[in-house]
Amino acid sequence: MISRITALFVFTGLLLINTPVLAQDYGHEEIHQEEEHVEHNAHAEPNLHGDHADTHDSQGDDSDIKSVVKETIEHHLADSYEFHVTEGVSFPLPVILLDDGLKIFSSSKFDHGHSIAEANGSYYVMHHNKVYKTDANGSLNFDKHDHPINPRPLDFSITKNVFMILVMAVFMVVLFGRMAKSYGPNKTPKKAGRFLEPIVIYVRDEIAIPNIGEKHYKRYMSYLLTVFFFIWFLNLVGMTPLGINVTGNIAITFSLALITFIITQVSGKRDYWMHIFWMPGVPVVLKPVMAVIELIGLFVKPFSLMIRLYANMLAGHVVLMSIIGLIFVFGSWLVSPAFFGLTLVLSLLELLVAALQAYIFTMLAALYFGSAVEEHDHH
Amino acid sequence: MDKLINDFSVGLFFWQTLVFVTLIFVLRKFAWKPILEAVNEREASIKGALKQAEKARQEMESLQASNEAILKEAREERERILKEARDMKNNIVSEAKETAAVETEKTVAVAKAAIEAEKAAAVAELKNQAAVLSIEVAEKVLGQELSAENKQTAMISKMIDEVKIN
Amino acid sequence: MEIPEIVGAGLIVIGAGLGIGRIGGSAMEAIARQPEATAKIQTAMLIAAALIEGIGFAALFAK
Repeated sequence: MISRITALFVFTGLLLINTPVLAQDYGHEEIHQEEEHVEHNAHAEPNLHGDHADTHDSQGDDSDIKSVVKETIEHHLADSYEFHVTEGVSFPLPVILLDDGLKIFSSSKFDHGHSIAEANGSYYVMHHNKVYKTDANGSLNFDKHDHPINPRPLDFSITKNVFMILVMAVFMVVLFGRMAKSYGPNKTPKKAGRFLEPIVIYVRDEIAIPNIGEKHYKRYMSYLLTVFFFIWFLNLVGMTPLGINVTGNIAITFSLALITFIITQVSGKRDYWMHIFWMPGVPVVLKPVMAVIELIGLFVKPFSLMIRLYANMLAGHVVLMSIIGLIFVFGSWLVSPAFFGLTLVLSLLELLVAALQAYIFTMLAALYFGSAVEEHDHH
Repeated sequence: MDKLINDFSVGLFFWQTLVFVTLIFVLRKFAWKPILEAVNEREASIKGALKQAEKARQEMESLQASNEAILKEAREERERILKEARDMKNNIVSEAKETAAVETEKTVAVAKAAIEAEKAAAVAELKNQAAVLSIEVAEKVLGQELSAENKQTAMISKMIDEVKIN
Repeated sequence: MEIPEIVGAGLIVIGAGLGIGRIGGSAMEAIARQPEATAKIQTAMLIAAALIEGIGFAALFAK
């Protein structure tokens, strides 16, 4: 009970600092942008006339704040080659490129995308958080959609997200390893284990056993528990103001869905494949049609698993940060508290979603495993 | 779809898969297995303890039941014995009463018979005596005053008066 | 006239919202009728809602 309350306090605290830190980011960039804007106006003034110039001005100002908000949101959601803690505090992460051999260098060489990184005679530039191969001058060629057409090296860099995954993996091994060791002779956990054990038992009794069945569930427990805590913890970390968005990343959810898909197919029993390719209890004419539908369903299931987690987490982040951004779009002391309150309430909702998405992912994975190992007897 | 493919990072996918699969195996060895085993063991021991408690309770109940049965039996036995004793007493008393009555009757009968006999004997004796006396009287009368008839009669009646039974 | 993408997205959201709303409403009724089955109903509700949500997202990202 005490751990629960502590956890609640910790997360509420994180929520409370979330908003001001993001606000600080916005504030900084806003001022920066405004300065630039003023400069720009000074240059442009001679060419413009009277009223027209004024309306243009105000419109331009408005859309600039909006674009800053948009940019900041995108920046917070995107992966990056450095770990940005708060304004002005960030540390570089290693860049690992597979391009004519392995090239490893610190991301500080990019100087936040302002300079060309050189490694073993190859030149790379960073454009919109992506690494492109270039020449010594750092020239980038763009297509008509403003996308660079320079080749991209195979990129295995330890980016912010990879870094977070590693941190989370170490954290989970330490946390659950310690929990496993804390079981004394009377088989009760201590400290954090007291909070985590009911969740472990919940995953076993409410997710694994009802969906997979008493007979087979033990084989899948490791995967289900790992995936549940992995997603949940990373979702929660995403609620911190560090701008971490691991689970709202398509590569991550694709990997999780792929692993689930592989486990499902590998553990598929005779009945499972029968149900896909030769559905029993259906007229023979319809069997091939059903097979096609089932075959599509086979791939739709992991696809929806992937999209659901990705979109939910991404949408949560976007909505939260958009509302914080609205504070600066309106820029009024009258509406700001309202948006602050709205952010707080939505943050609480996101806390629920963080757990709910982990639960649903685990639940559906268990459901798919269950359908794979199920044994029917209707013959 | 374009956005998804554009956002997809091979490197991130590679690291995620590698780290996650490793994490599953590491956690399975160092965390999930010992945790689930400990939980299972604990649950089994709790279940065992509960079962044992249930068994003990049942035993207690059966013991109580048997105790009660024994008590009931004992009570019945006592009742039975008491009843028997009472019956026996009643029997004895009634028998004794009967015997006493019979005896009394017998005694009375014997006494009556004896009295009868005595009475008969006495009457017989009396008759004999009376006869003897009569003869004596008759002899005397005959000897002295057998001349006058009235004297004879007077004498006889006088003599009979003298020998009045008791 | 070309229909803007955002209209399609809106239609998807309306459809998915109606679907999930129906599931939620029915689940509430079911819970009110059988409060002892709350856990089971909630699980079924979440799964059904998640499936609709998955299709909704798939449609949103399909363009």
